[in-house]
Amino acid sequence: MKVLKDPWVSLIASLKSLGDMARFLLRLVLGSPRALLRFELVSEQIYNAGALSLVIIMLSGLFVGMVLGLQGFQLLQRFGSEEALGTATAIGLVKELGPVVTALLFAGRAGTALASEIGLMRATDQLSAMEMMAVDPIQHVVVPRFLGGVIAMPLLAAIFSMIGIYGGQLIGVQIMHVDAGSFWSQMRASVGLRDISEGIVKSLIFGVACSLIAVYEGYYAEPTAEGVGRATTRTVVTSAVMTLFLDYLITAMFL
Amino acid sequence: MRKSRSLSVGTGLFILLGFGALFFLTTQTTSHGLAFGSKPHYDLIAKFDNVGDLKVGSPVSMSGVEIGRVVSIDFDMKVYKAVVKLSISDKYNQIPSDSDASIYTQGLLGGKFIGLTAGGAETYLKNNDQIDFTQSAFVLENLIGQLVANFAKSSGDATHDAAPAAPEKKK
Amino acid sequence: MNQSSNIVEIRALNYSVSGRSIFSNLSMDIPRGQVTAVMGPSGTGKTTLLRLITRQVWPDSGSVQVGGSDIEALSRHDLYALRRRMGMLFQNGALLTDMTVYENVAFPLREHTDLPERLIRQLVLTKLQAVGLRGAIDLMPAELSGGMSRRVALARAIVMDPEILIYDEPFVGLDPISMGVILRLIRRLNDTLGLTSIVVSHDVEEISTVADLVFLLSGGTVVAQGTPQQLKSYPSEIVRQFMGGLADGPVPFHYPAPDYFGELLGRDGET
Repeated sequence: MKVLKDPWVSLIASLKSLGDMARFLLRLVLGSPRALLRFELVSEQIYNAGALSLVIIMLSGLFVGMVLGLQGFQLLQRFGSEEALGTATAIGLVKELGPVVTALLFAGRAGTALASEIGLMRATDQLSAMEMMAVDPIQHVVVPRFLGGVIAMPLLAAIFSMIGIYGGQLIGVQIMHVDAGSFWSQMRASVGLRDISEGIVKSLIFGVACSLIAVYEGYYAEPTAEGVGRATTRTVVTSAVMTLFLDYLITAMFL
Repeated sequence: MRKSRSLSVGTGLFILLGFGALFFLTTQTTSHGLAFGSKPHYDLIAKFDNVGDLKVGSPVSMSGVEIGRVVSIDFDMKVYKAVVKLSISDKYNQIPSDSDASIYTQGLLGGKFIGLTAGGAETYLKNNDQIDFTQSAFVLENLIGQLVANFAKSSGDATHDAAPAAPEKKK
Repeated sequence: MNQSSNIVEIRALNYSVSGRSIFSNLSMDIPRGQVTAVMGPSGTGKTTLLRLITRQVWPDSGSVQVGGSDIEALSRHDLYALRRRMGMLFQNGALLTDMTVYENVAFPLREHTDLPERLIRQLVLTKLQAVGLRGAIDLMPAELSGGMSRRVALARAIVMDPEILIYDEPFVGLDPISMGVILRLIRRLNDTLGLTSIVVSHDVEEISTVADLVFLLSGGTVVAQGTPQQLKSYPSEIVRQFMGGLADGPVPFHYPAPDYFGELLGRDGET
């Protein structure tokens, strides 16, 4: 593996990529107000990133919630605290699983789509053509896609958590016969607005990170078929690692 | 670029669904009732020897009906008691001033909550009044200790002719 | 823009990539109002030259003047203003794939002007008529053949009535008929619209039929310039080889390799 051959060179290269990405982010942020004025471009991208991901997010949310219900019930049963299942499911989803799993799924579905779209436009000279027509491709193509991802992510995470809680309730109340009242009342007693806001902050930050990585890799992809493919792969890997790393940071900050 | 209307409709539905989920999470999973300032409430103080694992946000009920929540638990260094502040909904403003507050357990091994039992006085508790009669939480270890002590004492009486070995208070 | 007779002036241009020198001390004058061809063997950097003229890349040293202004000194705003007066046809058309033909041609108008939709439609129809594709107005780029998508891209390039039209290898991969169509369009548009056209190509026969002036690049510099007739009888080995399509000459047939017999015998000797 290249990393092992010369770790010093790879470290410098990674730092350079990080710096490049940060500067790219600055360009995107500075271009955002203008892009929002042409909202039809952004809303089309919200559709691409969000609405088209709905099916996978809702399905995954349901299954993850159901697993939480099962595992949580088994665990709590050992301490005789089955009524706390509502709390366990809600906290687990809202603070951790919702934002993180949504981000990972987003990177896989929407992130790769973004990277390959932009990469393909790079490879077929569409971005250069725009430059030649005196249209800034960053403003026209990249910023709307970036904003679409950032806006869609917290909404997707919230939908994931909501469906997940119902999934947990399905298993816990309907199948494992935990008392429905306790399920919800204990949840309401233990879950606070601070938990919800931690979840929202996380998914916003994940949204920025994953969207940035996707559009960056696509924009700077090599203009060949293999180049676009490599950019897509890098998007998923980098997004996943970044998400998990940021997850730790934010959790520690909120503590 | 100028795609059909269905795209806008789809986007709108998605955004609606997303904000609906956020609304659900903030209202249905948190304690939305008796949020400070939203519903009118008044505060009462109760001091306990031992609150066990009573938590802030635990319910306060009367005759099994939830009438309020625990909003703070502090420790009074002067009298060495736990000071619990209860927030009661204004609807229930006719609690006799000699009522007592006890800490109960939900179910067999669940969370703690405070139950108020009405007294007979003609005056009612007002904002920042103190409930004078309190009963602390039921701590399992103390009961076991008591049982063991009683058991040892009764068996000690029966065999009082035998060498009285001082019973150990087993925990 | 001052009315000098040269619309593009390049002086002492040097450009290298990864240590390899692409252009050294290149100087060219491209006259206004004519069809100028830039030719040369593969790899001489013809497309790179176009990028240098349109400032998509920066030279290491030397100056490029377009329309009397030094493009090095232009701000981003002025550069975009200059680019609006130029049209460029990319090798593969480079149409925006998620828009119809109509929307592609209308794109520059929508981005840069506030014209009402009615007027835009008329302009788009006119330009598509000029390239002969008015009937394809509602097709998607994926439904077009190579030649057709290049013609649509041409319509898009002229929709803002530019002064300079740049063609990057417009004949690559086209059948003879489509090639003839593009050739005719290059000449006709140049004359009827009063443009300056710069065509980068290596199709000697074809481009010779429409070009007024030809530059032949090789080894990072201009080795010949003149009318197509002049170049055909140019007293230079490399020009002769290029214009005649000869397999061997200054550009050798064999890639550098060790002695042939030595290699054959050496192999046998080893076993």
